Amino acid sequence: MTEQIPLVDYLELGDDPHLVANECTSCHARFFDRRNACASCSGTDFQKVKVSTTGELKAFTIVAFAAPGVPVPFVAGLIDCDGTSVRGNVVNVEPDPEHVSLGMKVRLTTYPMGTDEAGTEAIAFGFEPIS
Amino acid sequence: MAEDVWILGIHMTKFGKHKDLDTVDLAAEAALGALADGGVSMQQMGVLAAGNLMNAAAGIGQQLQKQIGQTGVPVFNVANACATGATALKTAIMAVKSGECDMGLAVGVEKLAGAGLLAGGARKEDSNTWEPSGRYGAVAPVDGRIGTETMPGVFAQIGMEYGHKYGGTSFELFARISEKNHAHSTLNPLAAYQKKFTVEEIMNDIMIAYPNTRPMCSANCDGAAAAVVISDSALKKLSKEQQKRAIKVSASVLTTDPYQEACQILPDVNTLTRNAAEQAYEQAGIGPDDLDLVELHDCFATAELVHYDNLKLCEPGGAVDFFQSGATWRDGKTPVNVSGGLESKGHPIAATGIANIWEVCHHLRGEAGDRQIENAKVGLAHVIGLGSACGVHILEKSAA
Ligand SMILES: [Zn+2]
Repeated sequence: MTEQIPLVDYLELGDDPHLVANECTSCHARFFDRRNACASCSGTDFQKVKVSTTGELKAFTIVAFAAPGVPVPFVAGLIDCDGTSVRGNVVNVEPDPEHVSLGMKVRLTTYPMGTDEAGTEAIAFGFEPIS
Repeated sequence: MAEDVWILGIHMTKFGKHKDLDTVDLAAEAALGALADGGVSMQQMGVLAAGNLMNAAAGIGQQLQKQIGQTGVPVFNVANACATGATALKTAIMAVKSGECDMGLAVGVEKLAGAGLLAGGARKEDSNTWEPSGRYGAVAPVDGRIGTETMPGVFAQIGMEYGHKYGGTSFELFARISEKNHAHSTLNPLAAYQKKFTVEEIMNDIMIAYPNTRPMCSANCDGAAAAVVISDSALKKLSKEQQKRAIKVSASVLTTDPYQEACQILPDVNTLTRNAAEQAYEQAGIGPDDLDLVELHDCFATAELVHYDNLKLCEPGGAVDFFQSGATWRDGKTPVNVSGGLESKGHPIAATGIANIWEVCHHLRGEAGDRQIENAKVGLAHVIGLGSACGVHILEKSAA
């Protein structure tokens, strides 16, 4: 089997792919990268927590103009996963305003980005509509 | 209690493409213009605060001194994203308020004509091996894979988020905000663009990041603006004419974004603007209903809408109805961006936070010509820089 690596370290692969956050143990603020102290309460204790894999699209844009090499159009969004806000693309949907709507229910999905020279496959995540 | 501070002289260059002028030339033009407007000289300035975001390490303050007067006074070179100009002004105001000097000069300048996307404009190619690096252990660039880093896309989401929360927004609504600002710009000879657009033209223009089409985005251009600030006691020693044209700084506020859930996912431009507005109204002892005009940070049409609410120009959640009532057109209850705003006047980043003050002062002095808002006595200028920093200034006509 091909070896896999996630696009970012807060994406956990396996049978149940999900995102992992660093949660402040005193105020429960969540961060996807490291903090020396909590941006909300300055607490210094954190624990790893699993982020819900389903959510609601709170905001989106359909990017039509981006850096060379970025395939457009694509849907970028802010997803409220049971109280934790997540940045991600909305995938497996036509990237037009008729098919993407505010408040839409979505779920985490993963897809292969390609295989490198060593034969390792990178896996990215996005959110797809729950039909 | 610190004494009041006034704007004695202020100037902005024409915004647009200045092929033959570099940043130092533009900064000098604005600075000398502001000094001449106030009837004072570089020799009288006790402090210089200056910003040029794209070359923040170059020390524009000292470069400017070498161009117009090396007096040896302290220079504060500031960089605070799109709030750089307001930060320079606030720095000069703080120096005067603290009593360190009687007069100070603030300058903001940028050369941006022809620039494309300022963030998310280039993405590194994927490497041949997936090697985790950086804070997120990313094996490849994430722009376009995990959301967007482009400003039109970020601010599009900020407008859409407001729509999700309160309803009533649409592509057409955002386009109509842009229609207003472009219509206003036709009266501003210093605007980079003075072209009226129909709402259909705006909606059918090139899509950048839905719902923002090209005319709904701030215009990259060259420009500079500068202001001379003075203490109340020093102003009283100047001529009647200088006192009459001086504009009172009734509030000068700078805030950063306090922690909110989601603020590190999609920038929260709302909380810090609300905080700045509340502090400014409190300092000035006036309310939003007293404002005769507002220049706010319409870096994108989607941003203007949320700031109606953040600056408390309308009821919470009422920005759509407020706009649709016609309130923010130049003949409305609270004219917003009668200069044409960043979408048409242009957005030479570090100049923006002083140029908006110039616009308000111009009206309060009754010197705004064809676009004069009649009998304007109080105005508010707002900027926001992602990261984030927010500047709000409230200005009042001299009673003299
Ligand atoms: Zn905390």
